[in-house]
Amino acid sequence: MTRATSLLYLDGVSVAFDGFKALNDLSLTIDPGEMRAIIGPNGAGKTTMMDVITGKTRPDSGEVYFSGAIDLTSEDEAAIAELGIGRKFQKPTVFESHTVWDNLELALKAPRGPFSTLFHVITGAEKTRIENLLELIRLTDKSSELAANLSHGQKQWLEIGMLLAQDPKLLLVDEPAAGMTDAETAETADLLKDIAKDHSVVVVEHDMDFVRSLDVKVTVLHEGSVLAEGSLDHVSADERVVEVYLGR
Amino acid sequence: MMSSFLFRAMDARAGIFLALMAAVIILVPVGNLLVPETSPFHVPTYAVTLMGKYLTYALLALAVDLVWGYCGILSLGHAAFFALGGYAMGMYLMRQIGTRGVYGDPLLPDFMVFLNWQELPWYWYGFDMFWFAALMVLLVPGLLAFVFGWFAFRSRVTGVYLSIITQALTYALLLAFFRNDMGFGGNNGLTDFKDILGFDIQADTTRAGLFAASGLALVVCFLICRSVTRSKLGKVLVAVRDAESRTRFLGYRVEHYKLFVWTLSAMMAGVAGALYVPQVGIINPGEFAPANSIEVVIWVAVGGRATLVGAVLGAVLVNFAKTWFTAALPDIWLFALGGLFVFVTLFLPKGIVGTLSDGWTALRQRRISSDFGEGSGDPPSQAPQSPGAPANVPPPGPAVSRAGAAHPQPAE
Ligand SMILES: Nc1ncnc2c1ncn2[C@@H]1O[C@H](COP(=O)(O)OP(=O)(O)OP(=O)(O)O)[C@@H](O)[C@H]1O
Ligand SMILES: [Mg+2]
Repeated sequence: MTRATSLLYLDGVSVAFDGFKALNDLSLTIDPGEMRAIIGPNGAGKTTMMDVITGKTRPDSGEVYFSGAIDLTSEDEAAIAELGIGRKFQKPTVFESHTVWDNLELALKAPRGPFSTLFHVITGAEKTRIENLLELIRLTDKSSELAANLSHGQKQWLEIGMLLAQDPKLLLVDEPAAGMTDAETAETADLLKDIAKDHSVVVVEHDMDFVRSLDVKVTVLHEGSVLAEGSLDHVSADERVVEVYLGR
Repeated sequence: MMSSFLFRAMDARAGIFLALMAAVIILVPVGNLLVPETSPFHVPTYAVTLMGKYLTYALLALAVDLVWGYCGILSLGHAAFFALGGYAMGMYLMRQIGTRGVYGDPLLPDFMVFLNWQELPWYWYGFDMFWFAALMVLLVPGLLAFVFGWFAFRSRVTGVYLSIITQALTYALLLAFFRNDMGFGGNNGLTDFKDILGFDIQADTTRAGLFAASGLALVVCFLICRSVTRSKLGKVLVAVRDAESRTRFLGYRVEHYKLFVWTLSAMMAGVAGALYVPQVGIINPGEFAPANSIEVVIWVAVGGRATLVGAVLGAVLVNFAKTWFTAALPDIWLFALGGLFVFVTLFLPKGIVGTLSDGWTALRQRRISSDFGEGSGDPPSQAPQSPGAPANVPPPGPAVSRAGAAHPQPAE
């Protein structure tokens, strides 16, 4: 797999916090259209990896390329989002004092400059899009509820909805099922599989049943670098993986 | 495009406010100029000027509410923009004095003659023309805010650090304007004004005119603030206030948004200062005092952040109290102000207007659900609007509460 044909390409990425290596020579490639699950014990560097991709954290060394040619290490968060990389945070972060509807409207793909938004008048197409998203994330009847009043699971879904509203090429989804009931977790997996039909997706998750139900290639991170890669069964059979992660 | 932009500014609450303002703008001058002095409805000139001063403070509070209430930028330096607008107007008024000064110099203001200056500094050119001074009232605070904001927001200075550098900004200006060789009258500032636009500045009619102008400026700026905060841009501002880094990850350039409201707000503060100076008859470096900016924040907190109307109400109420206290119990005022701030922070965190409209929303909520409960017809079609929330488009579903507490949260 080469950089040129990849959607996301990380090579030799290292990040240290006060000497502690959160990412250590991490290399990873995501193909266009691919869905990838990333697992790894707490502190393995999964979230830090997303921080690097989305411009929140600058790597100390290594290369990060999007669509083969765009160097992400020289762009900021807003530019990277505009390039088509959307992110759902580990701790759901929605705009609490906005309604569910407004959260989606803010995320909706549209010109992002202050003067465009100042004079923006919502179009019929945008309304339809928001209504469709509301339906997809099952929040239609909560449309004018403040996001602060949603349950944890609903916030997770709203954030996924916001991610979709951005219409990104690549979705980075950090622990979408955290704090969800089993039923909600299963629904979330279905939703993500659905999304993966026309988007590239990287999902970080601890829940093994969830990862199994996605049925995609799995990358195991440990101490900031890739420990194993392959199908879930393949990596589960790897002794080192069992040792650091599954066998706990 | 423009019409829908302005249309957004209007709703029942804005309507009430505008009607009240219209009444004030008309009745106070009428009470002063047309009602005979013997009548109990006569408004004495000193009261007109006092209320005119309150209106300019209200405009300043509005400007602070725009950045603090809606975008979370706690400015502790807005008095600087206010004072700069005031100085620009003061320079115009100084140059209107002409030969009527103590030294009778046709060109140089008295203080320059006193300092033995031979010619007018270049930056005083043009201020003999009202239109130029009026432009500077907007441009000088606007430009300073733009440059300051450009560096501060790009370097992502936020929270208490930003508040501290705004204090430093106004303090630096205070020290600078105290110096005689700055050419702004030093310690004494600019005063002894004679007339404005050819009208005697002491005349009752001029005073009434200045009062009406202050009221009008407040109304116009209120409408601008409403249009801005109820637009999609306004929603982005609130998003920045609540979860700044999340907003970035959606692709919004937060620094551009902050720079926009910050500059707009500074210009409004400048207008407030420009209307303040002819009414109080003096502008001196004391207006830059850091404590002044802090007081403005208290007005806004008392009235209610992110409500606009609350900022106006807070400014008027607190200043009314201040006028009363400083006459009746001058030693107590600062303690009263401090106590008020503590009280509001602890018991009325949403301020007067925020608390009232929450109560109102809750009441309507209860009435709607009880109507609905009695089966008295169709489900309610209108979800109550939350006070601070920008205008909303979604088709209201069944009645839902929008009054829930929302807390700012850091994006991870
Ligand atoms: N800003 C930071 N400053 C210092 N240390 C950090 C910072 N961000 C992350 N770390 C450390 O880097 C390591 C990797 O963190 P990261 O959040 O990427 O782990 P993770 O794989 O997402 O773990 P989890 O499954 O718990 O979410 C952890 O030890 C963490 O404490
Ligand atoms: Mg994590």
